[in-house]
Amino acid sequence: MSALLRLLRRDLAAFMPGGRRGGTLLPILFFLAVAMLYPFAVGPDAPVLARTGGGVAWIGALLAAILPLDRLVAPDLEQGFFDHWALRGISEEVVIAVRVLAHWLSFGPPLMLAALPASALLGIDGKTLYTVELGLLAGTPGLAAIGVTIAALTAGLRAGAALSGLLLIPLAVPLLIFGAGALSTGGESGIALTAAISLVLLAIAPFAGGAAVRAAREG
Amino acid sequence: MQAAHLSASNIACRRGDRLLFSGLGFTLGPGEALQVAGANGIGKSSLLRILAGLARPYVGAVEREGTVGLVDERLALDEHLPLGKALAFWSALDGEDEAQRATALGLADLLDVPVRYLSTGQRKRAALARLLGQKAAIWLLDEPLNGLDTAAVALVTRLTAEHCANGGIAVVASHQTFALAGMQQLPLRDFVA
Repeated sequence: MSALLRLLRRDLAAFMPGGRRGGTLLPILFFLAVAMLYPFAVGPDAPVLARTGGGVAWIGALLAAILPLDRLVAPDLEQGFFDHWALRGISEEVVIAVRVLAHWLSFGPPLMLAALPASALLGIDGKTLYTVELGLLAGTPGLAAIGVTIAALTAGLRAGAALSGLLLIPLAVPLLIFGAGALSTGGESGIALTAAISLVLLAIAPFAGGAAVRAAREG
Repeated sequence: MQAAHLSASNIACRRGDRLLFSGLGFTLGPGEALQVAGANGIGKSSLLRILAGLARPYVGAVEREGTVGLVDERLALDEHLPLGKALAFWSALDGEDEAQRATALGLADLLDVPVRYLSTGQRKRAALARLLGQKAAIWLLDEPLNGLDTAAVALVTRLTAEHCANGGIAVVASHQTFALAGMQQLPLRDFVA
């Protein structure tokens, strides 16, 4: 158990703001930039902005999730950390599970916080903002799980960074459909489905990611 | 030190389409040391990774008894952290006090220096400090003498001798002479396919 906590602490130190791997700041700034640019592009038409703003927030969140991918797993694989964890009997699955948690902590809550200024930039009303926040709460764990899995899959590849972005988008489509879909229906069913997808992704991620890391190590 | 045993039987290793070596086998009991010798690219590092269980042999099987410690060209220490903190991550996992080991390896003055500023020889010694903290029964050393000065070479040889005297096993992959009494030799070129 204490090994898990130490892994988590190391991961958090790496991913959190001020951490060595760019931290959370970059994706959050990117998210805000999308929210800021959108009104410039479509014009200051308040009803249009209010109607489409929630969806734009979702697209911004999804694209922001691509940014940290190349720093999630690849550096540790290159520096031999996974070798030495394996020698100590700490399995790849455990490391990846801890990493999903650390990645979500450094990505999910800050993104939900950034959604507040973003909602002002996009002119979203309070009720829509509430649905967006709930959707992000349900959806970002799934995004984090996809992110770490893809980072593990592409860690050993030369063009991993470019590939991982392309891989994330189709896998995140279900989250986007139900998460953003909840905005138009205004119901909780969309949020519930988003959370369900997140749970499935969270359950798969450690095993898929762990197998990917092992394959990269043995290859 | 727990009972240590390492044996390999009929190992073959393939990299891509190339068979590096085949039919390789040996048995090491407590206190025994083995030097794997051979030219660059012959498969020394691959053999060590197979022995460690980090890679699968193409053919054959490896039997291990006892924990495995590995030192290779990859440090597994956070480059941006001061050496002391980077080592502390592993010593916390291993439940060992790292500071005294660092002193034993002449690293005491470097504990505040970020890992990325260390020289080649200092990095090697840092990796050895990590290995010592692990208290592993089987040491797998990949080119442990690279970049070390004569004093450090003597130190590494002495530490390995102590490890074997305590019932440990050491497998050293190196093209340099490793002056350890009673060390067995395994020239890899005899097994090249």
